[in-house]
Amino acid sequence: MKISVTVNGKTHESDVEPRTLLVQYVRDDLGLTGTNIGCDTSSCGACSLHLDGEAVKSCTVLAVQADGSQVTTIEGLVTDGKMHPMQDAFMQNHGLQCGFCTPGMVMAAISLLNENPDPTEDEVRMGLEGNLCRCTGYHNIVQSILACAKGGK
Amino acid sequence: MIPSLFDYKRASSAAEAISLVTEYGEDAKFLAGGHSLLPLMKLRLAAPSVLVDIGRLKDLSYITDAGSYIAIGALTRHMDVETSPIVKQHVPLLACAAGHVGDPQVRHRGTIGGSIAHADSASDLPATTLALGATYVVQGASGTREIAATDFYKGFLESALQPDEMLTEIRVPKMNGAGWSFQKFNRRAQDWAIVGVAAWRGNGGSGVALVNMGSTPVLATDVATALASGASVADAAELAAAQADPQSDLNASAEYRVHLAKVLVRRALEEATK
Repeated sequence: MKISVTVNGKTHESDVEPRTLLVQYVRDDLGLTGTNIGCDTSSCGACSLHLDGEAVKSCTVLAVQADGSQVTTIEGLVTDGKMHPMQDAFMQNHGLQCGFCTPGMVMAAISLLNENPDPTEDEVRMGLEGNLCRCTGYHNIVQSILACAKGGK
Repeated sequence: MIPSLFDYKRASSAAEAISLVTEYGEDAKFLAGGHSLLPLMKLRLAAPSVLVDIGRLKDLSYITDAGSYIAIGALTRHMDVETSPIVKQHVPLLACAAGHVGDPQVRHRGTIGGSIAHADSASDLPATTLALGATYVVQGASGTREIAATDFYKGFLESALQPDEMLTEIRVPKMNGAGWSFQKFNRRAQDWAIVGVAAWRGNGGSGVALVNMGSTPVLATDVATALASGASVADAAELAAAQADPQSDLNASAEYRVHLAKVLVRRALEEATK
């Protein structure tokens, strides 16, 4: 099936099988491998990206469902060679260990602050309920997001 | 994991969607947000040969005050139910329960109609709308009918919906200030409830329904009857599992679920009793 998806500002006209998952589409068809596949059962959040501005788990969305939509992946956060403030906050606050969950964490965190720009620590922790860190490095991830929220004021 | 092959049809109206499933019969499934169906298809536990995508029917995504009840379009996403000022004001128990479904990413995609039509007793919204005495509006080739939530759930993932019928609206009576509580007992925040309880009490009545305590969501009418005849919260809560038939699984034995149901119903009623 023919679809047209704008990914990180660039529109792609593609022909996909209806059963193609959005995460396969961005990784395998478009070569954007920053979005990881972790559990592949919509639990771990490693595949989180933005679909029309909101974080979704791209292992549980069909590429055909994204037809006509705007997708942003971790690669799309950099503008003019400059990292997104959330990426910077993760770097400054040691918000990553092995890095596998990090793209999904960053995408979920940006979506969280879009909906709640000034969250409490509890709200950040609850807002990350859909993202698992296998290093269990949650403390610094939460600190990174709080720091980014403060920096945005 | 990828689903087995299927044909994909995108409906541009409810009527077209119904005509498509009528054409393809039981081999066809509606696809709304996909957060119940796609995981099953990826595990090959479901393999419909045709998916009829109703996810773009924006006219079925709405929340309106209809006087005595709140009308919610079937394609309204959990996030929109959770954050709706109308739902929070008039049916706060439902807003709370919607905020407990999955996680934010799931709530950005999953819909109230999809969750109810999937009829999973472990899901939060079937039991919550059952406790609240909701009515579901369904549309089929031969017209529209209303099904009371109490008549909707027939068995494990089985509902009163016919293969050519589509759930279009959920009507939830206003709570009119009644006290309420939603209890969800699980190991990780995003998980399904090991046992959950949706309860309200006030204006001379009460409603208690249980999540994951059998093959269907369970309306614990024995609890409400006991409360109506003057029983204490503690005594009424002892009847929590009287109408339930829970299963044992990796997370909990049936006996433990019965224990949890009693404890959680007591907590819920204490919180709901003003």
